[in-house]
Amino acid sequence: MRAQQPRRWFTEAADDELTIFERSQTGRSAFVAPEAGVPERSLDELLPAHLRRAQAPRLPEVSEPELVRHYNRLSKRNFDVDTGFYPLGSCTMKHNPKLHERVAALDGHARLHPLQNPHRAQGALELMWRLQRALGEIAGLPFVSLQPSAGSHGELAGVLLTRAYHEDRGERRLKVLTPDTAHGTNPATVTMAGCEVVKIGTDSDGNVDVEDLRAKATDEVACLMLTNPSTLGLFEPHIEEIAEIVHGVGAMLYYDGANLNAIMGICRPGDMGFDIVHFNLHKSFTQPHGGGGPGAGPIAVSDRIEPFLPRPAVVRRAPKGNGSEAFYDLDYDRPKSIGRLRGFQGNYGVFVRSYAYIRSLGAAGLREVSETAVLNANYLLARLKREGVAEYLPVAYDRLCMHEFVLSGSPMKRELQIRTLDLAKRLLDHGVHPPTVYFPLIVDEALLVEPTETETKETLDRFADVVAKVLKEARDNPEIAREAPYTTPVRRLDEAGAARRPVVRQRF
Amino acid sequence: MLAEIGVGSIEELFADIPENVRLRSPLALDSPRAEQEVFEELRVLAGRNVSVENEVSFLGGGMYDHYVPAVVDAITQRSEFLTPYTPYQPEVSQGTLQAMFEYQTAICELTGMPVANASVYEGPSAVAAAGYVAKLDNSRSRFAVSRGVHPHAREALATLARAWGMEVVEVPLSDGVTAPPELDSDTSALVVQQPNFLGAVEDLDALAASARETGALTICSCDPIALGILKPPGECGVDLAVGEGQPLGGRLDFGGPSFGFFASTEALLRRLPGRIAGETRDQDGWRGFVLTLQTREQHIRRERATSNICTAQALNALGGVIYLSWLGRGGIGELSELLVRRTAYARERLAEIDGVSLANTQPVVREFAVTLKAPVAGVIERCAERGINPGYPLGRDYPELEDGLLVALTERRTRSDIDRLAEVLGAAIAAGREVAESRA
Repeated sequence: MRAQQPRRWFTEAADDELTIFERSQTGRSAFVAPEAGVPERSLDELLPAHLRRAQAPRLPEVSEPELVRHYNRLSKRNFDVDTGFYPLGSCTMKHNPKLHERVAALDGHARLHPLQNPHRAQGALELMWRLQRALGEIAGLPFVSLQPSAGSHGELAGVLLTRAYHEDRGERRLKVLTPDTAHGTNPATVTMAGCEVVKIGTDSDGNVDVEDLRAKATDEVACLMLTNPSTLGLFEPHIEEIAEIVHGVGAMLYYDGANLNAIMGICRPGDMGFDIVHFNLHKSFTQPHGGGGPGAGPIAVSDRIEPFLPRPAVVRRAPKGNGSEAFYDLDYDRPKSIGRLRGFQGNYGVFVRSYAYIRSLGAAGLREVSETAVLNANYLLARLKREGVAEYLPVAYDRLCMHEFVLSGSPMKRELQIRTLDLAKRLLDHGVHPPTVYFPLIVDEALLVEPTETETKETLDRFADVVAKVLKEARDNPEIAREAPYTTPVRRLDEAGAARRPVVRQRF
Repeated sequence: MLAEIGVGSIEELFADIPENVRLRSPLALDSPRAEQEVFEELRVLAGRNVSVENEVSFLGGGMYDHYVPAVVDAITQRSEFLTPYTPYQPEVSQGTLQAMFEYQTAICELTGMPVANASVYEGPSAVAAAGYVAKLDNSRSRFAVSRGVHPHAREALATLARAWGMEVVEVPLSDGVTAPPELDSDTSALVVQQPNFLGAVEDLDALAASARETGALTICSCDPIALGILKPPGECGVDLAVGEGQPLGGRLDFGGPSFGFFASTEALLRRLPGRIAGETRDQDGWRGFVLTLQTREQHIRRERATSNICTAQALNALGGVIYLSWLGRGGIGELSELLVRRTAYARERLAEIDGVSLANTQPVVREFAVTLKAPVAGVIERCAERGINPGYPLGRDYPELEDGLLVALTERRTRSDIDRLAEVLGAAIAAGREVAESRA
């Protein structure tokens, strides 16, 4: 079935949306250069011609009104969490409080140079120190480095830390265990850290296959990387036994914090036996996702790992005497450190937002976040177990879930001849963002649904109703979903063609 | 809601968590605060930092106090750009995807490279990521890294090279620029910076040629604003042009978040890390954009991915392309020429001061190094008392420049700021020398 009306959320003509380069007209400009105001000199004398570019880069030539209009038009071709429900599993698309943008924009934060002398950056260093303390408390592991730039960067730090720990003890351990349910970043990180992936299976209940783990846990293993709750949205009930097996062979236990939103204030990775944790401040701690970043991936570790943390560390030096104040400093003197992972002190602007979030909520609020996230997920799951949905989209593991759950579109594909991808695309026509699709890999036609705590019961009800409606529609005419979406700025895109003949920049 | 689930309490939902690992008392965090209280606390903390609005700052060293045009804030703060996830559903992410495509084009134009990705974390880790591309590409065992590369980038690369079992050798500086490097068939890549950390403009053509002779790749980290006037790395034989994107309309933010740009030759396209937006058509024939070449990436290729990166810096890169569009084709050259002129003036003024000598006389764009005949820490303190931050002390990173100072300019530093710097710095050095002499 073809759409009767041209879709298009926002358009003025039946035409491709022009790029900023296609809007360019010779001689137009938004920029007015200030006067140099210094004695005139020949440019050749200052910078010899052979070092200079012969031609200006072909950047767009547009006026400010055109520039603003162009990007505002583009913005209207995006779906965002400030506009609608975005239950993208494993991504924790919660509300981003507006206060955070305001405080992050204060000059003292936003316009602070990273190489400012610590004596004149005490507010920033104190904020970082306090955030370290709070994250350490939430993780149950007291030593924190804020340096990694995102979750995968935190993972990289974590695997390098385990290597450094073992090497310091004269052991060369290069195998890293990762469950088959793991995020792709886990195995990719292992390779990038110069180690080797050993995959661990999942049992019929959706838990780590403990026997498989036992068989593969050897003295060559550096660590096990575990997401708990897992990417199936299930808490690992055998976590104590897993920790015992891993520690029993002298390996470390690494916690992928992508799903921390389920357990804040309820239990702590450190208390479960984890040695290293990374946080995704852009997931649990409300840094806006920005269409793919920025984020931040701080790590918290136990005392065994602490000597190896990235350099420099943010430290508090106790007051030296009466009347003097504590001094917050950058400590470079860390001889066993794995070294730097990036420039400067990390994504400070993200720290400001996450610190504001933790301050706003406190201990009680963070616990309520996790309780509500889990309540919302279980409620939505229950709603999707009703007749008209469950027979096509059964839950992959029929247990209480944590903050997210996985449905399988396998019966839907068999009975209705529509795939998970088709369902996802049809949801777009109803103004909701689809869940994560085709992940985790071990569930056929998977849909990973994470509503988060900031959604209301009405929103969850509406989502369940929309899913039921799409399935009912597919019973009558599966073609509608197979051709969806109809109402979006563009319809299904030829991804295979894009990869076959990559056009990754404008041609002039 | 509980009735629908079929449980009696929220507590029951957590039944899978073993008793032993549950928290028995609340987290030891401060109690919740109202919005205005949190604002107040964050305002007070901000007030304890000396920002570039509180002093006349000549700090640089990788991040620069450029004017951030209002359009950048106005657009990047829009919910539609601020709050979506990575564009996994392209039909409702055309705004982000098209902006990525435009950004990639702008980076290609600036660097003179044929292809670019949609961003990596930031500058120094981009250098390390470029090292990984070289490792994947030629499996050689050594990086040759110029001492002119940002110390943080050198360290970030060394952190990973150790894990890859690769050696890092330093190529020394000679009169402020990279000495002719000694490379061989084990050299995976030569890593240089343009302009280098001391501000000097390198002869990129010659450096890249020496790498090419041994089959090594050339990785160049570059200042994107300086590329408005310098010969682009793509025309010098560079294979990977990367760098810190903050100068392109980014906040200083005490060091992040910013973005790293990452451009390469066509030959390395399939080894690039991270997201790449590509052009395609939808089923009705309209142009659209998707994330492409995803078989490089972790979510598809897992342990065989070309990088582990997932979340990058999309919003900051958007700010970058808005900024570059604001400057435009003519503007970026005008801006960098302005920097060259003001920097030359500042360099001359400072060189006239008794007790200041230039660390080298190489051509520079926007930053230069001097050495002082007085202890640099005390000089900086004295300048700070008069509202001037004269620059970054080089001694920790370059012990051979023990009382060295790296002085950076942006278009926000006017001639009168420079004159004042010269006056205050001169007085501070004179005072420092008096103290030193009286001690002697």
